[in-house]
This record gives sequence, C-alpha cells and structure tokens, in this order.
Amino acid sequence: VMLHRLLAMVRGPGRCGGWQKGCSARGSASAAAAPPVVLPARAQVVVCGGGIMGTSVAYHLSKMGWKDVVLLEQGRLAAGSTRFCAGILSTARHLAIEQKMADYSNKLYHQLEQETGIQTGYTRTGSIFLAQTQDRLVSLKRITSRLNVIGIPCEVVSPKKVAELHPLLNVHDLVGAMHVPEDAVVSSADVALALASAASQNGVQIYDRTSILHVMVKKGQVTGVETDKGQIQCQYFVNCAGQWAYELGLCSEEPVSIPLHACEHFYLLTRPWETPLPSSTPTVVDADGRIYIRNWQGGILSGGFEKNPKPIFTEGKNQLEIQNLQEDWDHFEPLLSSLLRRMPQLETLEIVKLVNCPETFTPDMRCIMGQSPSVRGYFVLVGMNSAGLSFGGGAGKYLAEWMVHGYPSENVWELDLKRFGALQSSRTFLRHRVMEVMPLLYDLKVPRWDFQTGRQLRTSPLYDRLDAQGARWMEKHGFERPKYFVPPDKDLLALEQSKTFYKPDWFEIVESEVKCCKEAVCVIDMSSFTKFEITSTGDQALEILQYLFSNDLDVPVGHIVHTGMLNERGGYENDCSIARLSKRSFFMISPTDQQVHCWAWLKKYMPEDSNLILEDVTWKYTALNLIGPRAVDVLSELSYAPMTPDHFPSLFCKEMSVGYANGIRVMSMTHTGEPGFMLYIPIEYALHVYNEVMSVGQKYGIRNAGYYALRSLRIEKFFAFWGQDLNTLTTPLECGGESRVKLDKGVDFIGRDALMQQRQNGVYKRLTMFILDDHDTDLDLWPWWGEPIYRNGQYVGKTTSSAYGYTLERHVCLGFVHNFSDTGEEQVVTADFINRGEYEIDIAGHRFQAKAKLYPVPSLLTHRRRKEDVELSDLHGK
Amino acid sequence: MSSTVSYWILSSARKTIATLQGGQRLYSRYASNRIISRWRFFPQGPATLKDNATACGGIAVQKAYRHTSTEEEDFHLQLSPEQVNEVLRAGESAHKILDLVSRAPDSVLRFESNQLAANSPVEDRGGIAACLQTNGLLFGIFDGHGGHACAQAVSERLFYYVAVSLMSQQTLEQMEEAMESMKPLLPILQWLKHPGDSIYKDVTSVHLDHLRVYWQELLNLHMEMGLNTEEALMYSFQRLDSDISLEIQAPLEDEMTRNLSLQVAFSGATACLAHVDGVHLHVANAGDCRAILGVQEDNGMWSCLPLTRDHNAWNPAELSRLKREHPESEDRTVIMENRLLGVLMPCRAFGDVQLKWSKELQRSVLERCVDTEALNIYRFTPPHCYTPPYLTARPEVTYHRLRPQDKFLVLASDGLWDVLGNEDVVRLVVEHLTEESQHKADLAQKPTNLGLMQSLLQQRKAQGLHAADQNAATRLIRYTIGNNEYGEMEPERLSAMLTLPEDLARMYRDDITVTVVYFNSDWIGASSKGS
Repeated sequence: VMLHRLLAMVRGPGRCGGWQKGCSARGSASAAAAPPVVLPARAQVVVCGGGIMGTSVAYHLSKMGWKDVVLLEQGRLAAGSTRFCAGILSTARHLAIEQKMADYSNKLYHQLEQETGIQTGYTRTGSIFLAQTQDRLVSLKRITSRLNVIGIPCEVVSPKKVAELHPLLNVHDLVGAMHVPEDAVVSSADVALALASAASQNGVQIYDRTSILHVMVKKGQVTGVETDKGQIQCQYFVNCAGQWAYELGLCSEEPVSIPLHACEHFYLLTRPWETPLPSSTPTVVDADGRIYIRNWQGGILSGGFEKNPKPIFTEGKNQLEIQNLQEDWDHFEPLLSSLLRRMPQLETLEIVKLVNCPETFTPDMRCIMGQSPSVRGYFVLVGMNSAGLSFGGGAGKYLAEWMVHGYPSENVWELDLKRFGALQSSRTFLRHRVMEVMPLLYDLKVPRWDFQTGRQLRTSPLYDRLDAQGARWMEKHGFERPKYFVPPDKDLLALEQSKTFYKPDWFEIVESEVKCCKEAVCVIDMSSFTKFEITSTGDQALEILQYLFSNDLDVPVGHIVHTGMLNERGGYENDCSIARLSKRSFFMISPTDQQVHCWAWLKKYMPEDSNLILEDVTWKYTALNLIGPRAVDVLSELSYAPMTPDHFPSLFCKEMSVGYANGIRVMSMTHTGEPGFMLYIPIEYALHVYNEVMSVGQKYGIRNAGYYALRSLRIEKFFAFWGQDLNTLTTPLECGGESRVKLDKGVDFIGRDALMQQRQNGVYKRLTMFILDDHDTDLDLWPWWGEPIYRNGQYVGKTTSSAYGYTLERHVCLGFVHNFSDTGEEQVVTADFINRGEYEIDIAGHRFQAKAKLYPVPSLLTHRRRKEDVELSDLHGK
Repeated sequence: MSSTVSYWILSSARKTIATLQGGQRLYSRYASNRIISRWRFFPQGPATLKDNATACGGIAVQKAYRHTSTEEEDFHLQLSPEQVNEVLRAGESAHKILDLVSRAPDSVLRFESNQLAANSPVEDRGGIAACLQTNGLLFGIFDGHGGHACAQAVSERLFYYVAVSLMSQQTLEQMEEAMESMKPLLPILQWLKHPGDSIYKDVTSVHLDHLRVYWQELLNLHMEMGLNTEEALMYSFQRLDSDISLEIQAPLEDEMTRNLSLQVAFSGATACLAHVDGVHLHVANAGDCRAILGVQEDNGMWSCLPLTRDHNAWNPAELSRLKREHPESEDRTVIMENRLLGVLMPCRAFGDVQLKWSKELQRSVLERCVDTEALNIYRFTPPHCYTPPYLTARPEVTYHRLRPQDKFLVLASDGLWDVLGNEDVVRLVVEHLTEESQHKADLAQKPTNLGLMQSLLQQRKAQGLHAADQNAATRLIRYTIGNNEYGEMEPERLSAMLTLPEDLARMYRDDITVTVVYFNSDWIGASSKGS
C-alpha cells in the first residue's frame, strides 16, 4: 500500500509534459492526508536517502539476504538529483572500476522492468562520442581499447559513419568518433522507484518525509539514528544523502568528513522535432563542445559542463528536495550555441524549458564510497560527479558487498572514502575545487594532470626554497611534492599547451635528474610520506605488529623491514617500511595517501591499551632522500661518521648528527632501488640540514630532483607501489614480494592462511615488467596505465603504471598477467607461462611489442660505476 | 575566507598583466581624502598616514605601484571587466525563501548579500539565520575594528542570544532538559548565511555554557511568553557584551580559549541586527552600521526611511547622552576630533574593554596574560579616561510595522555609507530592480525556438547584459568603490581599487558588507487588510 503512495508521487522527465507540475502541490496534499507513521524501534541497517544510490544499496542488501533494512527519505523518493537527472547511461568511463560499475548498472536496469513490472523507460540507444581534435580521438581510442577487453562493444568510427548514425549532426569539423552501441537512456527516477519497489518486496521498509537529525555513535560504533519521527536503533548506517551528505556527516557525535560540493547544472528540453526523433536516436556527447544531446520524447534534451560553473549550497542545506531553482539562460548561451553548431537544423525546435538540476562533485572527480575511518558501521555512497545513474547499480552492489562480506568484490580504493581526510572538508576548498572539477568532466584527460585549485595546503618547510629553484609541483593528499626542477635557462610550455599524450616537454629535464641520481647524488623532498610511531611499555607493540604485518619484525634494533600489511585474503592493505627504533618502538613509513586508511586499519586491530601508543608523526619530520652513489660521501662529510657498508649496512636506521643538527634519523634505504639514504629530520632542522647537504654536496655534483625522476627509477627497477600497482586484491606472491613474507616467523599474522593456500595452489595473476620494443619515444603515444596486455594475441591483463626508463632507453610498463582459459576462467600463472609468451601492449588501439620480465633488469652500467666508485674511495682512503 | 578567494582570483588574473594607464593620478587623488581608521592609536595611525599622503603623495604612489609579493616591478595588473566581476562576485550570496521553509516569515521574498574586504583579514561580518523555535529571520551586519576577533565572536553568538531571548518558557525548559540529559538540543538556528570561519570547537562549548547560564536566568524570570522582541534584542546585545567582558575576568583554564577571549574583548565591533517576523520589523543598532527602508509611495516616487541612527560624534543625541553620563568636567574631552575620547569613531560597540574598564581592572587582567604583543592586543588606556565606561553595547531598537509600500531593506557597514548616501543607495537598488525586470521581460516573452533564443542571448551578451549584476548588494559595492568624486562610475578606478595591494587597500576603502532584503508587498498588503 505504502509503495503505491510512493510511486504516485514522483514523475521523472521520462513522462508526459506535466511532470514538473505533478510533484509539488499534489505530493504534499497526499502526504498530509496520510496517517502518522510509526517507525520501527530497531533495524540492522538504516539507509538515508531515497535517490538512486539509497534505493540501489537497499535493493542489493535485500538481495544478499539482509532484509532488516529501513530506508529513510526526508522529502519524497527520488526527488533530489535523481529526479532531474538527464537519464543517460554511459559505460565510456576513464577508470576501469567506473566502467565495471556502469556496465553492471546497464545490465541491471535492462532487466529491471521485467523484474519489478515498473516501467523504467529503458531504451538501448547507443551513444556517440565526438572528437573535434586528434587528441580527443586518442582519448576515445584509449577508452575503446579498454572497453573492448571487458566485453563492452565499442568502436572508433569515421565522421561519415557518424552522419549515418545520427543524420542531424554536423560532422564537418570532426576527426572521428567513438560509438558505444549498448549505452542506453532510462528514467532515473523510475529506476529508483523500481529498485525501491523490489527492495520493499524483499522486506526493506521505506519511509518518506522523515528527516534524520542525528546519527548516534557510541565508542566509535553506530548505534542508531534520531529522526523527526523518533529514534531507530541500528548497527549500520548508510549515508546516501547526495547534496545533503556533507552536512549529515557532521550530524553525529563523531563527525564523518565527506568532501563534496554542489554546482548548478543546466539542461534544455524541447518539443518534438517536425518528424519526431525515433526513440532509438543515439545519445551524442560532444566533449569539445562541452555538451551532451539525447532524444527526449521526439525532441531533444541537451545540457553540458560549462567552463564557469556556479557552485551552490556552500552554506549548506536549505531545502528538502530540489525545486524552484532559477533558470539562467545567459549562463547557458555558450552551450546553446555549441548545440546549434552541432545540429544547425534544430534552430526551429521549440523550447519547453531550461532545467536547473544541481549535481554534486568531489575534489578528485571520483565518487565516494566505503566505511568511515572513525565510526564503525557508518557507510557512505555519494558524490557522483553527474554520473549517478551510470554508477548507481554497480556502486550500490559494491557497497552492499562491502557491508555484508566486509569487502567489495572489486578493488575500489580509487573511490574509497578513506582516500580523503578531514583536510579536504573545508567549504572554501571544496567550493574552489569543484569549480575546477566540473569543467574537467569534458576537458581532455591527459596523463599527469594536476589540479590547480585548492593547492599549497600542506607543504614541507623547504617549499619556498625549492620553489625558488624552479620546482614544479604536484599534489597528493593535500601535500605539495616537487615533480621536477626547471633549470633557470629553460622555459616550459604554458599549462594548457603542455597537455599531451605524447612525449612531454620535461623529458630532458627529468633525464638529467635521473642521470644525476645514477651517477652522482640528488636530493628529493619526500616529506609527504605518512609516518607513524608505535610504542609500548612492554612487548605489546611488537606483538601487534607481528600480527598485522607479513614480514618478521622481531629484528635487532636499528634494522628496517619492508613489509606488507595484509588483509584476511592476503591482499595488500598497505605496503610500508618499518624501522625498529628500540626494543619497544617502531617507526613506520607508508605512502602519502595511506594517512587515513592505515590509521583506521591499525586502530581497528590495536587493543584498547594505554600502554600501547600509536602516533601520527607525519607533520613532525621533513624527509629528504639522498639518492645516488655519492650520497654516502655527502653524509659522511656532514656527520664525521663512517658511512661505508661495513659501518652502515643497507636497510639500517641510526640517529646521528648532520651538520649542527643532532638527532636526525638516517636510514640506508631508498624507495627506488638506487643506493642512498632517507633522512628523517625534525622540521625545525629541515632548512639547516638541506642547506648543509646542498653546500657540501656541491663538489659531488648534487642537485634537486623530483618525483618524476623517482618514478622512472623505481619502475625501471621493478619496484611496485601501493595504490598504483598493488591493492587490496593483490598478494605478495602475485608480485614477487615473497621475500617480504615470513610464513614461518613463528607467529600467526593476518593473511597467512590465504598465502599458505596460495603458495600451494599457485597464483592466478602475476605482476610483470614489460619493456616496449618497437616504441618510438619521440613519435609514438606514450603508455600511461590501464593499457591492455596481449599474450600471443590473447588479452591477459592491464598495465598498472609506466615510465620511460632512461637507463634502458625504453618505455617500461608494469602490469598483471592472467591466464584465461577458453571459457574465460582464471587459471594458474606460472613463471614458465609468462616467459613463453609473445607480448604486446595496446596503446590507444596500436599494439607495441614488449618483452616480459619477472625480475628487474640488472643494469651493467650502474654496476660498473659502483665498482669504479669503490676503487675511487679506496684511493681517497689511502 | 574572502581573502583566499581574491588571492586565487588575483593569482589567476596575474597571468594577464597589462600596464595600468593613468593609475598614478588615481592614487594620489584618492589618497588624500579617504583615510579612515576606527582606532587612531594603531601603529599605522592616521596622523602619520595623513602626513605621508598629503606631503609626499608620490611615495604612496610608488608603493602602490608595486604589488606585494610579485616581481613585476614596472607593471601593474589591470583587471578585465570579467575579472572585476569575478572579484566583486566572489563573496555573493542570494537566497530565495521557498514555501518549504515554512518557518520563515512570508513577508520576506528573498535577500541578497555580498562582502568585499579591504582589511586583511576582513574585519566585517554578515550573517543571516532563521530562528527555528520562534518565527522570524535575523539579518546582522557587524563591523569590527582593531582586528576581526570581536566581530567574529559577536556575529556567531549574537544570533543565539537573540533566538534564546525570544523563546517561550516552555521551549527554554525543553532546552534545559535536553542539556541536562546530554541529549541533542533542539535546533536553535538555521544559518542561511553563516558569518564565516567558525572558531575552535572547544571555545564554542564554553560559549554554549554561557548561553545556557543566560537561558537559565531567563527561565528564572518565569515569563510564560518570553520577552517581547524589543526587550529580547535589548537584553541580548547587552548580555553578550557583558559575557565577553566577564569571560576574561574569570580564570580560564585553557590557554587558547583564554587568548581568543582576550582578543575578542580587546578588539571591538559595531552591530546592526534586523528581526523580521511577519509585518513586524525590529532593528537593533549599536554603532555606525545602518539600516534603511526603500519605500515606494502610491504615486510611484521612491523615498528612503532610515531605521537607525549612527552612533557617532555627528549624532547630537549621542553627544548629549555622553555628556549626561559623564561629569561636566569631561564635556570637552569625551568627544575630541569627532572621536570618543579622541580615539574611537563609533560611540557604541561590543568589546573594546579599554573604554569600558577602569585602568586597574585592565591592568589586573592583562597582567595574567603572557604576551599581549603576540596576540595583537593593544595595551592602551586613552587619555582623559576618568570615568569609564565610555562605551556601551546597548542598542537603539526601532520598530516598524511593514506596509505594502515598503519594498526593501538595506543593511550595510559604514564602508558603504561613508561613500553613498541613503538616497543614492535607494536609487541604486531601484535601478537594479528596474533593470532586472527589464532583463526578465526580455526573457519573459521567451523566444519560442532555439534559434531565436540563441540570437537574443547573443544580443544580450554583446550589450553586456549578461554581465549585469544579479545581486543588488554587488551593485552597491561596485558603485561604492567605482564612483569618482562626481558620482560617476569609472571602470578604471574600479579596477585600480580592486588591485590595490593588501597593505594599501585599507587606506583607500573600508571593508564593505551589504545585505538587501526584499519584501513581499502582496502578502503584507493582504495581511494588514486581514488584521
């Protein structure tokens, strides 16, 4: 009965002309007449938000057998962005995980009408992505080659073919296009209602016009919600509140930071064309013209992502549903002109209205899902960057899996809430950043793009000093890191011109930095790394670390251990280096973006014990990496201490003096496989130590280097990085990390059973290094990541990272090789399987031959140098 | 916040640098007549400044030519009209009252506000909030001096004090009950425009404690209906000011809270707060912010109805009040050179305990303070300070029953009123309304097809109509800083004024904060007929 009432209320744009009127007045009247509702006193899960996300989560939870679910909606179902969504379902996404979510959504919506009996307006129209420039075409070709390997039909077509697919299009300025025939249009409001209806049949209880005032948290665990109609006790809470999620996140004893911000978004509706457009008319995306166009009831629906977006709701919530937002025709003019340029014949088409439908955007253009790092049982699924309909089904499924099984079936780190911390939650930051993100949706996405807004938030004390020396910066987790240093006599291209899929303008700069790392010494500021200290009064620290990490940490004081932090399935939750500072204290270095995730993981497993202390000391230390064969000379000169391997073996940590500064933590390790040292310097000494290093280093040819040099070095040496090559679904055995696992260290650790099993059964994928053979660095497209790998002509996996190796003078890609049987099942991958294949890497549709390696290429060059150095230093010694 | 905004915009603007033509004249002309600092004993006091500006105007110009922190010695950036718009609009906000927010009075149609900073950081604050436990909207403008601490604190706290003062006995009891049982409080306010960066969480909890003490006292008054609006405004202003003053006399454990409270009490802020509930409009004012009504008579003529009186040396009533409150011997010293005790422009303000406390009290409080220098607190007792307090936060409250001819209310800080007269302001808002309706008219008879729509939009673009301010507050600010001495808009001047380096901006213009509230005449007409 209730469902009928709910369904009667909302009409999406897929329906007849009066859809807009139908909502406001009638809806409230029927609600007023309804008897007062009584909420259940308790439930296992409370989902907040009756849009496509909330209903999808409820639907998938109930399908997986969690039926004690209550869904609360403050207005009416599907009355937020879901109601006004343009209804385009497109699988052409840049991230693999996004492609998978969209593909799943497409399949789900396709059969939804059959499953629920509710009309969703699903029509498989296909979509055409136009390219006005060669660069855009490259971008589309990259997507094409990646969609094809996951089984989504997709092809690059000529302008002539475009004209056949859509006769109204002006194709004169096009260089090509991408056609995705299985993309669809659908009424998103009706999809949400269908999902709600199916969920409700499965036992989910749905209440509209119920606002959540407060989420109750006790001891870091969700205990219930307080609504305007009473309390509900619950163990799980899911925040799918869309535009309102940021504020809802704060309405809790333990605030949950959900960084998102809304922008106004406009699209146009018209009356039918003289001869109404057939419902199968494909959707057109003209990203260079910043617009999309779809068929709408014989006419068109067209909107876009303008260069100058209008952020709204910075102050926060001011209405329960989205309505009465002002139209702004003047603002829409560039998009309208772009539309008429693309379809000149539409001039005579009559206007129905200009719809203003706010959309939420996130700081990195990727949606937000997962569990709060600080509150157990608090899940989030929001921030869809205008792709809520495309992601809705898949995202809801992954989140439901996460709640039911404890983890999703795919690697979703790129979308994980824990990639953000409170530092991304300033309203000013978000307002500025989303103004950059929204236009970026249709900008060309090229490798190594850095956001320009919301910068210089976290910096090292050396920032100004490095900046003055020509540093160019990139940002990770709010921290500024140098990319490379532009010499004073060199000019680089302006930002806009520097966008390229080919050889970038900094190629020679990084080359000289790499060369200096190989032959002399470079200093790289690596302060952004996440640094924790774990200390205890007794053996508690060692005990918990032994349980959490796969390598043996019971090493003599002063030793450094590379180790993975694994989950139950043996997958990497983190890959880090741990130094044993004393018997009872450990210093842990993790990737920059692990700050929130790793902290949450450690906190989850660490017992509540006041004798065991975990401290985030990231801000306390500036980290300098002295890298190269001469690093040892610089350090020994600065410390008057012998630094030779006899006195300071590799993977060793000592507190010593550098210059005037005492208590500098020096570690004989680098993150690239080159010889060198990491210096962890209390920040007040940073400038002093840096100055000393630079002045003493002068005679050894020291210079600054940046992360691009580091990246080239580490990929050439086959060093896998967490977050790029390694993730929660890869185990050490799958990426040559056996040496970092001690299965027989005498203590059980998380993931040990899974690894034992895997050791017995063999691995189903293997991280492999590929050296591109017939690739012309100057003329060919550069690899990036996500390129398909072919073995003997068969697709076997995708690359995860790549860089130009200046020593090998070849491009190097890292990537996973699978062994699919004829039926598509995964089989064991052996070294033999890898070695006995002919490989190709597909870059934007062009396949390049590649040599596969399971172990880094020993570099003769560096070996020889080192020998010379030894002789040279012997000479000095005498 | 706005300083970051303009930084971002300026740094993006920096890419398009052009030489400024004729800028030199502009500066020298301006430098001589617009130097206003509320507190005259501040390091960059006007005494020295004035000398500089008149005698060696050339030096000021030289300095202005160099933008701080840029290398472009010989360049000055001139902003394009689009960039000017971006800077001016960065602080804009607009709000339309929707049916769904049923708690707001129906007399208010919508409001628009904006702020432009001259001080760095900005010392003005503006806030708008709906009282959730009673009907009514609150519009506040706060103009800080001697730092932004006091304006920030007052702008955040005053709304709560007023909202609590207006509550009925029953609501207060519920609040107290919730507080006692550690349950979430009833929501007091809904911010429609928050005054800005909230100060630290721990401090807020101290403030909440004091607010609670206040409502407990209100509870003890046993007035079932609560205070009437006039009393509520009167009490809450004075109560908050005395809380600010008492907070630093009591020992505070936490050093950060203490330092912040010191900064608040030793800086000052004037405040103007309007409360609209149906046809009842109350304005409480302490200081020289101003509120005026734009009135359209039946014959279509526009006029202005001031709702506040500036509390400064030009107000005879204030002068006689001050003379009445202090011994005759001080008649000549209480106001000197148009300033209170020769130092402060407004005669009423929050904070500024230097003018409210005895020397002894000041000394004893500051003795406990570690480092006043670091906190930017000026340890200063003005001369002729014999019988404090000289300064009060007691507001003057005016009541006005809204009539159908009352079309809009303008609240602004003195940065606006120093340049524009009341009539100018009404004229500018009326022009804005006319233009807006014209533009709307253009689009109201909406071209029916896409081609016609496109050519209309392109026409509008060519005429610059699309760039017209959507926000009346922005228009007012534009004219405040862009007007030359003949009252004409001068685009070069506007651009020059906006590109002033941070350290100079304050000499040529003051922080400006404006809120324009539009009334729903139809509703007001209907409800006055009804009653």
